Amino acid sequence: MHELSLAHSILDLVRDHVPPERGAEVRAVAVRVGAQAGVIADSLAFCFDAIVQGTPYGGARLVVRPVPATSRCATCGVEFPAAEAFARCPACGSARVAYAHGRELDVAEIELGEPRELTP
Amino acid sequence: MSVMTIERRVLEKNDTIAAANRARLARHGLFAFNLVSSPGAGKTSLLERTLERLRDEIRVAVIEGDVQTDLDARRVARYEVPVIQIVTNGGCHLEARLVADALGGLDLDALDLVVIENVGNLVCPANYDLGEALKVVLLSTTEGDDKPLKYPAMFRNAGVLVINKIDLVPHLDADLAAIRRNARAINPDLEIFEVSCRTGEGLAEWCAWIERQVVRGRAVSERAEGPTAPAERAGGGPGAAAGVGGEKAGRA
Repeated sequence: MHELSLAHSILDLVRDHVPPERGAEVRAVAVRVGAQAGVIADSLAFCFDAIVQGTPYGGARLVVRPVPATSRCATCGVEFPAAEAFARCPACGSARVAYAHGRELDVAEIELGEPRELTP
Repeated sequence: MSVMTIERRVLEKNDTIAAANRARLARHGLFAFNLVSSPGAGKTSLLERTLERLRDEIRVAVIEGDVQTDLDARRVARYEVPVIQIVTNGGCHLEARLVADALGGLDLDALDLVVIENVGNLVCPANYDLGEALKVVLLSTTEGDDKPLKYPAMFRNAGVLVINKIDLVPHLDADLAAIRRNARAINPDLEIFEVSCRTGEGLAEWCAWIERQVVRGRAVSERAEGPTAPAERAGGGPGAAAGVGGEKAGRA
């Protein structure tokens, strides 16, 4: 359900950049999804595929670019791979760490091509 | 074939509306928190106990988010405070635009505090800013002391943790010290309250914290607005707000 509402937000962003009359030119939409964004990439692609059907953007597929999570230590500044949210800083042991990467959920690029006639 | 560079956050629209909600609440000197938990942790019970203690001191309105039914709004409406029920019809979280609509149904000048009770879910609501001052995450002891580690985003994004059902601890394997330790491992800055909505234990400290936040919100707004603000507010007692949102709420 969460992925479905995100898919709608992604389609809204695509609409902001490519008007419906040019919708058939949209081939792919590249989104960056962080490992800690709370989003299941397969589910997001599935939902996007479902909601574009019957719209001018029906030929678009979602391409997910995963972003690994890293944390930065607020105490000593070290950045390190963060497999788990409760990782402590490997350099100084501080628990005051925040994600530097891995929370991303961005529409990065839209790929346009020749308009395709879609079979119903 | 061509590629357009977009570089926009998917939740940008939500966050823009959330920022507008936050500015609107600040203009009215309101403190607002977003109450999140898994289903059954006791969000509505905590609200009821809080309203019993605070409704004569501060003017509260409640925005209730549920997947279905207005059962919670009916429970809260018994305390004669304005309630707006949002039914998400399957949606797993509240979004900023729903809260913006709900705020439109409240007389914000006649309020001190807005509580947003989110949909019961420890996952999705963590990602959605509603414009609140902070998230308050409620965890009941029966859920187990490992939950902060298993649902880290919620505990990391919250400012306050309220641990409910502490009266049940003698009957459980859950350990209060372990809940505190696991929560602070995720978020060292969490403020933690331990309460039992059933016995009333710990509620005084929780309510005193709310009152301090309300006073702070008012002070910030008065500094921004100048000396006219307190006079505008002086007219409305706790009863002044009652019924404003109640007409729209699920009392019917």
